[in-house]
Amino acid sequence: MSKSNLTRRGVLRTGAVAGAGLAMPTFFSAGSASAFVNDPGNGPVTLGFNVPQTGPYADEGADELRAYQLAVEHLNGGGDGGMLNTFSSKALQGNGINGHKVEFVTGDTQTKSDAARASAQSMIQKDGAIMITGGSSSGVAIAVQGLCQEAGVIFMAGLTHSNDTTGKDKKANGFRHFFNAYQSAAALAPVLASRYGKDRKFYMLTADYTWGWTQAASMKAFMEDQGWTMVEDVRTPLSATDFSSYMTEVQTSGADVLILNHYGGNMVNSLTNAVQFGLKDKTVNGKQFEIVVPLYSRLMAAGAGEAVKGILGSTNWHWSLQDEGSKAFVKSFGTKYGFPPSQAAHTCYVQTLLYADAVTRANSFNPCDVVAALEGFEFDGLGNGPTLYRADDHQCFKDVLVVQGKQNPESQFDLLEVVEKTPVDKVMYAPDNEFFAGGDLGTCNPGA
Amino acid sequence: MDAILLQTLNGLDKGSAYALIALGLTLIFGTLGVVNFAHGALFMVGAFCAVTVSRLLTLSYTVIDETRTDFLGNPMKVDMPYLKSWLGETVGGTIIDWSVPLAILFTIPVMLVLGYAMERGLIKHFYKRPHADQILVTFGLAIVLQELIKHYFGANPIPTPAPPMLTGSFDFGALVGMDPNQVIYPYWRLVYFLFSAAIIGAVFAFLQFTTFGMVVRAGMADRETVGLLGINIDRRFTIMFGIAAAVAGLAGTMYAPIISPNYHMGMDFLVLSFVVVVVGGMGSLPGAVLAGFLLGVLESFSSMNEIKNILPGIDQIIIYLVAIVILLTRPRGLMGRKGVMEE
Amino acid sequence: MLGLEKKDATLLLVVIALALAAPILLNPFPTESAMAQFNAGYPDLMQKFAIYGIFAIGFNILFGLTGYLSFGHAAFLGVGSYSAVWMFKLLSMNVIPALVLAVLVSSLFALVIGYISLRRSGIYFSILTLAFAQMSFNLAYSVLTPITNGETGLQLSLDDPRILGISQTADGGIPLTSLFGLAMRDSVAVKLGGWSFEFSVGYYVCAILMLVCFYLAMRIFRSPFGLMLRAVKTNQTRLNYTGLNSRPYTLAAFVISGMYAGLAGGLLAAMDPLAGAERMQWTASGEVVLMTILGGAGTLFGPVLGAGFIKYFENIFSKINDSVLQNWFGFLPDGVENVVLWVVEHFVGPGWHLTLGLLFMLVVIFLPGGLMEGGQRIAGLLRGKRKSGGDGGGDDPEYHPGQTPHVAE
Repeated sequence: MSKSNLTRRGVLRTGAVAGAGLAMPTFFSAGSASAFVNDPGNGPVTLGFNVPQTGPYADEGADELRAYQLAVEHLNGGGDGGMLNTFSSKALQGNGINGHKVEFVTGDTQTKSDAARASAQSMIQKDGAIMITGGSSSGVAIAVQGLCQEAGVIFMAGLTHSNDTTGKDKKANGFRHFFNAYQSAAALAPVLASRYGKDRKFYMLTADYTWGWTQAASMKAFMEDQGWTMVEDVRTPLSATDFSSYMTEVQTSGADVLILNHYGGNMVNSLTNAVQFGLKDKTVNGKQFEIVVPLYSRLMAAGAGEAVKGILGSTNWHWSLQDEGSKAFVKSFGTKYGFPPSQAAHTCYVQTLLYADAVTRANSFNPCDVVAALEGFEFDGLGNGPTLYRADDHQCFKDVLVVQGKQNPESQFDLLEVVEKTPVDKVMYAPDNEFFAGGDLGTCNPGA
Repeated sequence: MDAILLQTLNGLDKGSAYALIALGLTLIFGTLGVVNFAHGALFMVGAFCAVTVSRLLTLSYTVIDETRTDFLGNPMKVDMPYLKSWLGETVGGTIIDWSVPLAILFTIPVMLVLGYAMERGLIKHFYKRPHADQILVTFGLAIVLQELIKHYFGANPIPTPAPPMLTGSFDFGALVGMDPNQVIYPYWRLVYFLFSAAIIGAVFAFLQFTTFGMVVRAGMADRETVGLLGINIDRRFTIMFGIAAAVAGLAGTMYAPIISPNYHMGMDFLVLSFVVVVVGGMGSLPGAVLAGFLLGVLESFSSMNEIKNILPGIDQIIIYLVAIVILLTRPRGLMGRKGVMEE
Repeated sequence: MLGLEKKDATLLLVVIALALAAPILLNPFPTESAMAQFNAGYPDLMQKFAIYGIFAIGFNILFGLTGYLSFGHAAFLGVGSYSAVWMFKLLSMNVIPALVLAVLVSSLFALVIGYISLRRSGIYFSILTLAFAQMSFNLAYSVLTPITNGETGLQLSLDDPRILGISQTADGGIPLTSLFGLAMRDSVAVKLGGWSFEFSVGYYVCAILMLVCFYLAMRIFRSPFGLMLRAVKTNQTRLNYTGLNSRPYTLAAFVISGMYAGLAGGLLAAMDPLAGAERMQWTASGEVVLMTILGGAGTLFGPVLGAGFIKYFENIFSKINDSVLQNWFGFLPDGVENVVLWVVEHFVGPGWHLTLGLLFMLVVIFLPGGLMEGGQRIAGLLRGKRKSGGDGGGDDPEYHPGQTPHVAE
């Protein structure tokens, strides 16, 4: 639409080298500009780590930031190399990204779309970041992904679980390693059916916003396939802190399973409330009453204390995994910080490595070349077994972990135990699946 | 029927939390004429008093357990609370389990001192300033308190369970002669309700039946005349500020087992408690309590499925809707007095 | 000049100069220097300064003049954003129709909410506006998702049915928001020695609108209408006794400030086509209250200053992390460095909220008239004549920190 000859931000960096020391103003026109925004030229490359530092997810954000710092250290050849040693692609040599030393800037998303976009904007416009990554909620991820598409930088999503991130809101410049609501449901359904029987009536409490809805819709579809019947799907306000009045409805509904489509603070409070109301010890229809939390976050689940014991859910990764990649990551993270990493830290670390690897393989920082290198990329050794970055929607496909709150935890980190690894083919779906339809990747945007 | 009984219980329980916070807020509004945006933060600090006590009681030394290994394969370090090693597993363990009720003893002095210091050090200078300035300074204070708590306790919620014998639930229906297993209600929520009722009663009795309370009430009605009578009303108002802070703090301490405390829980309650106070009517203590219970009960009933099916999203807005209706039909809230905060 | 007194004309000229030169003034440090962290002269933040400046100027017309403290102004900001994005989706990527619709819709919204809320005064008014805004926020977040796209926020997509324009550009992207072909994202970069300055189209659109808004506010402040609003603030009862109905005046002020908020919301969407429900949350309403008081309620330039301060802290202080600090203090001996780092860490990065909270307290304790008073005190000191403190508004003769009646008469 715009046919302007004015330049965009990307010119600045190349210009800075060429024009350094000159005392007279220099104007750049599009002709001399680089082919993409924030080209690092011959200098170091800047990555933007955009994580929640204030607000309810601040601790999760802090853990993400730790993982990013570790990743940068490893990429620059420091530390023990972590997953660089176990990664199936051997392109990364510990010499930065494609020979460019890695630097980073950080910002605060506040878990608000506006703040997250402002923070990402400042990284792109002011600091010359060429890739933005991080975040701890789907709303923020989708908002920042949209911004990165417009600005022409790569977005490597952090923790985002909504189907929409790689469904109806997918973007060519955006990539997600984390799993999604559909995969959670697909992985959980058979386990739930085999443990709790086929003839069950379930009741759902769903956080009343986009992620909650996609999670609820996915759970409903899969559980009904298993022969369960849904009694009710009740929406709860995101701002709710006390779920007692919803628990009362559950008690009198005749349902024998409660599925909590809540995350973070909501999950902690609703699970605590459910246990307080005696739902865990209840017998309904002659069966033991069960509670399910489709998406677990170990960090936040700690807030529910004893209540998580025995509760089934799913997670993207857990530090107790025994494959070589996970062990290497837990070792370097644990040695540096003194405690095991969370799943958010893991996905952020992996995303950074995947980006660096793609740049190195493509031998270019141009976002379009990076997109081409990541699309259809198959890899292993990063903690989740063989994984595919699917070209159609930029979603990673890998095994999904079904976990359970541990009965006798040995330490404060030992909250969950892996009860089942659902293989990737069970959680695979077609790109035009009804839960993901309606979006369009578009074309990659290099910015300039 | 059982659903209605349960929702009434829930409503009263929620309402008692609202009423307690609003009561303290009204004391500050009514007595001092100060819009205190840090009141939610006082509630939060109260909840973290419970966390602090449970941390203090579980102060531990580390024992290296060679038989087990931690996640890095090193020998496991196990925390052993001093209390358990001094007093034995049972006695020490019981004291630790009862940390939340014990925290009340800790909360009262801490909050009294905090309230006193806040009034003398900060609020005192803002009596004659516009409400807007009071909002700015107390909001700033709330942020500072919040950030300090975040710095020491982190951002994640911290589980603070009730004593084991009170964590479960019991058959409330059977108690009142209904079929068993129809109305199951958690012990702690009932404890919370009774506790709030006791505190509210105590505050009213204090204001109603003591000379001190009489003077304060007189001061609320006409500060200048009381001052002219040679009574040092400022000193009494300072103490009332301390009491208001203590009420908010106690509300928070006892709330800790219901929702795990986190550093921004005060902000979640702040707006709500202002709505409660205003709906009750400025400067009216009974109004604040009445409005607290009213909004609590209405909120509970609006989350019933039968009602949500007719009016989707009603549970999201019910409090605000009721506030608008009440303020439009009753200009000064339920029991407000003329002229208070209408400038 | 332009119907202004000499003093006001000078102020206007100063503000114009500041606004036009902002890309230079806000980038005082060379790009490669360690202090570049404090540069604020990049398009997004400068746009935010101007936009939130408009929001605060408008809020001040209501609060600064009439004393009515609205706690729900973010609702108008949000409504403006939603209208603008819908306009981009349905009509054209030109910002003019989007801004017009944003202002129209928000003024209608303000008319309804104002008409009801202004039946009460004081804290009752504040709570009514708060209740309306919170209802809007909660509904936009959940039930109204088909219109607002809920948590994710309303965004443009590749298949928007744009009547006057194209759904996709030739290379398969979403078209950019523009002013008759001049894209908001475009900018000119100028290098001057070690400094680099970026002049962005979007910023100048915002800045010019901000100046227009500032000028209008100035005229309102000095008009008979403005005088009437001040009368409302000083003593509404007495005003009513003189036989005047003050309601139409306060309602007009409410709607005008709602329109300012709507324009700000529309501009937010024009610079960055996304509208999220959080823009309507009470914290957002509280933010504009804080901006206005921080800068100096009732003063002309104060709210803009307050808006700039808060946005600066939010965007600059939150980005200072450990490695930046180590960079700065690396020259110190190790022991000293650790101590300094430990202290500073509390106030930057994740601790930026703490700095903001302390700033609020310090300003309101020591500068009762907000930052404007601080500026005037410094100016006074420079002129060598110390002013007697406590006259609040300082040079602005119209600022009276109203005496608050303590309790009921």
